[in-house]
Order: sequence, then C-alpha cells, then structure tokens
Amino acid sequence: MPVKVHLDRIGVAFTTPTGVFRAVEPLDLSIETGRFVSLVGPSGCGKSTLFNVIAGLLPPTEGRVLIDGEDATGTIGRVGYMLQKDLLLPWRTVLDNVILGMEVQGKPIKAARERALPLLQKYGLAGFEHLYPNSLSGGMRQRAALLRTLLFDTDVILLDEPFGALDAQTKLQMQEWLMQLWSDFRKTVVFVTHDVEEAIFLSDEIHVMGTRPGRILETIEIAIPRPRPRSVAMTPEFIAIKERCFKLLTQPAMQEAA
Amino acid sequence: MAMSETPRAASFRPLDVTETAPATAVSPAKPASRPVRRLPVQKDWPTWAIIATQVGILVGIIAAWEIAASTGLISAFFWSQPSAIWKTLIVFFTEGDAWTDIAFTFRSTIFGFLLGTSVGSLFGLSFWWSRNYAAIVQPFIICFESIPKLALAPLIILVFGLGLSSKVAIAFALTFVISTLTTYAGVKALDPDGEKLFYSLGASRWQVFRKLVVPFCLPWVISVLRVNIGLALTGAIVGEFIASQHGLGRAILYAGQTYDIALVWVAVLVLSTLAIIMYATISWLEGVLRKGTRQ
Repeated sequence: MPVKVHLDRIGVAFTTPTGVFRAVEPLDLSIETGRFVSLVGPSGCGKSTLFNVIAGLLPPTEGRVLIDGEDATGTIGRVGYMLQKDLLLPWRTVLDNVILGMEVQGKPIKAARERALPLLQKYGLAGFEHLYPNSLSGGMRQRAALLRTLLFDTDVILLDEPFGALDAQTKLQMQEWLMQLWSDFRKTVVFVTHDVEEAIFLSDEIHVMGTRPGRILETIEIAIPRPRPRSVAMTPEFIAIKERCFKLLTQPAMQEAA
Repeated sequence: MAMSETPRAASFRPLDVTETAPATAVSPAKPASRPVRRLPVQKDWPTWAIIATQVGILVGIIAAWEIAASTGLISAFFWSQPSAIWKTLIVFFTEGDAWTDIAFTFRSTIFGFLLGTSVGSLFGLSFWWSRNYAAIVQPFIICFESIPKLALAPLIILVFGLGLSSKVAIAFALTFVISTLTTYAGVKALDPDGEKLFYSLGASRWQVFRKLVVPFCLPWVISVLRVNIGLALTGAIVGEFIASQHGLGRAILYAGQTYDIALVWVAVLVLSTLAIIMYATISWLEGVLRKGTRQ
C-alpha cells in the first residue's frame, strides 16, 4: 500500500513562561492508504497536537507533513478533522450542518443537500434531517458530526476521541457504525482514543504514545481478520495485545515512581 | 406521676428529662420536638380576577384624584385633574399639533434606534477581525461609555441644529455604545474550536465571519433591542427638551412653562403610549428573531 500521510521528523515545542515545553518529540510516522490507524496514549502525550499539525492548524516547530508525497505543512482543508466536541451549529438543521464542508468548498447548496440527504438516511439519521441539533441525543450529534467530516470528501479523516463523551452502550453501537462507514467509504482514518479496547477493536495498527515529551513508544500491528465480532475481545490474541498496550501505558508511571 | 415526684438529684431515669442534659442523651422515649410546618401554598387567581383588580385600582386612583382636586384637597392648578386632562386630550388631537409631535418624536427615536443599533453591532463584530485592533480601540469605547451621553446633548444640538438630525444624533449616542459592547461580548464568547472546525474545512476568514461569527453573535445583538428602543426615546425627548420646534418633549416643556399642567399630563400620556407600542413591537420582533436563530 502507498503511503498516504507521512510525518517527517515532526516536532512541536511551546515556549511558556517557565521555559520550553516539548509537546511532541521529533517523530516519524507513515500512514498507508485506506488503513485504520489509532493513536493511544494518556492525556498530554501530544495526540491532539499531532492532529492539529496534520490538519494545518498548528505550525510544527520542525519537520514536514507529507500528504500523497506532497508537502502539506501548514495548509488547511487537506484532511477531514473531527474535533472532540461535535461543534454542530445550533442555528442550522442537521442536513445543513452536514453539508458545511461542501458549502465552504464552494459547492452549490442545493447540490450539496441532494448529495447529503440519502447518506443521512442510510447512516442512521433518517427522520432527523430537518431537526435542529439541540433536539438530538449525544450519539446522534456525533453521527452528524462524523458525516459532516466524511462529506468533506478528503481521503484522510482525523477523529479525535469521537466517542469519548458517550455512554458505554452508545459507544459500542457507534463503533459498529463507524466500521460500516469505513468499509463503505474506504477512507484513511487516523483515530485518537484513551480506550485501548476500542483502539484494538477498530484498528489495523496502533501507535502507543507516551508523555513528557510526547512520543511514539511502540507500533503494534493488529492482524485480527475482519469483520470482527464483539466476541473477538475474548480471544487470546486480543488479550495479548491489550496486555502489551497496558504495559506500555503504565511504564512511564513506574519509572517515575522508581 | 410517681416519677415526677422523685428528687432530682437521684433521677437518671429515662422519662425525667425536664432538667438534666445527660438524661436527654440516653432518652429514646421522647423525641426532640420539631416545629410542624407545612409547605406554603399560594393559590393563583384566575386572569380575569387579576385584570379586574388592576382596573379597579386604576379607576380608584383616577376617582380619588378627581375628587381631591374638585374638593380642594389638592391644588387643581398644580396637579390638574382627570376631567380637565381628558378635555385637553381631545383638544390636543382635534385642534393641536398632536400628530405632528408624535410623528416627529417617533421618527427621531426610530432613526436613532436603527442607526445606533446597526452601526454599534457592526462595530462590535468588527473586533473579531483583529485582536490588536480590538485591544487598541477598547479603552476608547470604555471611555465613551462612561461619559453621561446626555451631558453632551447641548453640544450635539449646537453641531446638528434644531431639526430632526440632532435628536437622532442624541438617540444614536445613547444606543451605539451598548450595542457595540454587547456584540463584542458575543464575539469574545465565540468557541475557538468552532473557528478551528471552519479552518480545518479550508474556510476563508470571510466565510468564518459570515457563517459562524455573525449568526453566533445575533442573540447578543437581539438582546439589546429592547433596551435600545427605550434609550433612543429618552435621547429624542431630551433633545427636544433642549431645543426643538416639534415633538412630544417640546410639548411637555412648553406646557410646563405656560403652567398648562393638563397639557403636560396629556403629552406624558401620549408619550407613554408611544413607548409601550414601540416596546411591544420590538419584543415581538425579538421573539421572531430568536426563533429564527434557534437560541
């Protein structure tokens, strides 16, 4: 598979009154086309910082972002980016929220609506198209936000803890739903989460990250065949990966204690 | 009975709790008495009863005034009386300049209101474009806000003349700053993540302004409409007090100077009616706009 996104020695440092804070240690990361890749790590490991860099919203202190081999450092509108909050505009209907990306790109509103409507109906928002976001549940709002990101029509989408605020039940449903979307749309997905189990269940590969400074500790391939039933979480393979992840994630804390 | 007669020094029996504190601690028999209190309940009167009472009070006040003035309890010269006010009201509308005055005050109020609110809101929104510009301009606005604008009224009259424009200018001065500051508060309340979303979609600054900043700040703009209509009316009246050919403010001043107290009351009455109508219209408009912006 060709490389879709390549981070070439990307490092981010912030100058604070107390000195220089290294948010992300210079790192390399290659993401192949069509893969589902997760970044797992504790708070403050620079996951969101990396996303902002890839989306062009934060200039890196060093290094380059390559998309399709082309230098895309500091350019916006190249990737779909879903932030932690759904950020639906309360004065727009669900349909008009979902077409925001196309609208900003200059597509005629009517054509954009025509394109979005069947997708809303297919992906679980039938009957909600003309409602305003404040009458939607958390899961539904998240669906709308994700569809907005998908309909922006970029090959790469970045999802920053999209299910972090949902209850356990809804979260499981949303994971299945996301898997369906991913297999239908064939996008390259980069997914940030705190939840190790979620990452293993969804991903082709996981990058486990550590803090202070933010860095990639280890990359783990998830070779579990798809489609993956829920019961996959009980298999020895899954449990072994999970244990490995937990070991990596608790490691820095142990070092600090020692 | 028998127990209460036992000497106190020897009594540590559970029931004898009248005097000794230690006995209370071990006494399970008699719980400490609490005041029994029920939830206060207020019964709502039907709407007709409320309205009837209000009408009754109003009629009572007017009747008392009329009687007090005709019996000489209060001076009819200084206070006038309802019957005289009524006669003057009819004369004011049939033979006087009622409609000219109303139209004049109404026009200066509305022009001042529209101009002050729209220019103020646009000015407030403009601060989104540059933090440096906002930081530079802000102290000047605070200064202007702290000036009692009505104190500037004589100056404004000198600059803008006796006509409509000076009244509009005073109404503008009163409404402009409030709109600016309130809209700017809206700009400051904007979630930076909202802007981030737009920029991640490749939006231009103009698109962010039009599609995010303006609709987001609209509720703030709307929230000052009612305050501003009242302020604009105050500005127009004060302008007329100082120097004017027309207007309800001028009518009040003129009537006062000629000791025509009944006419003062008539003009105040007409002015209040005008204020109520404008206030009700703006409240209605506010409701419509709020629905439109889903806030």
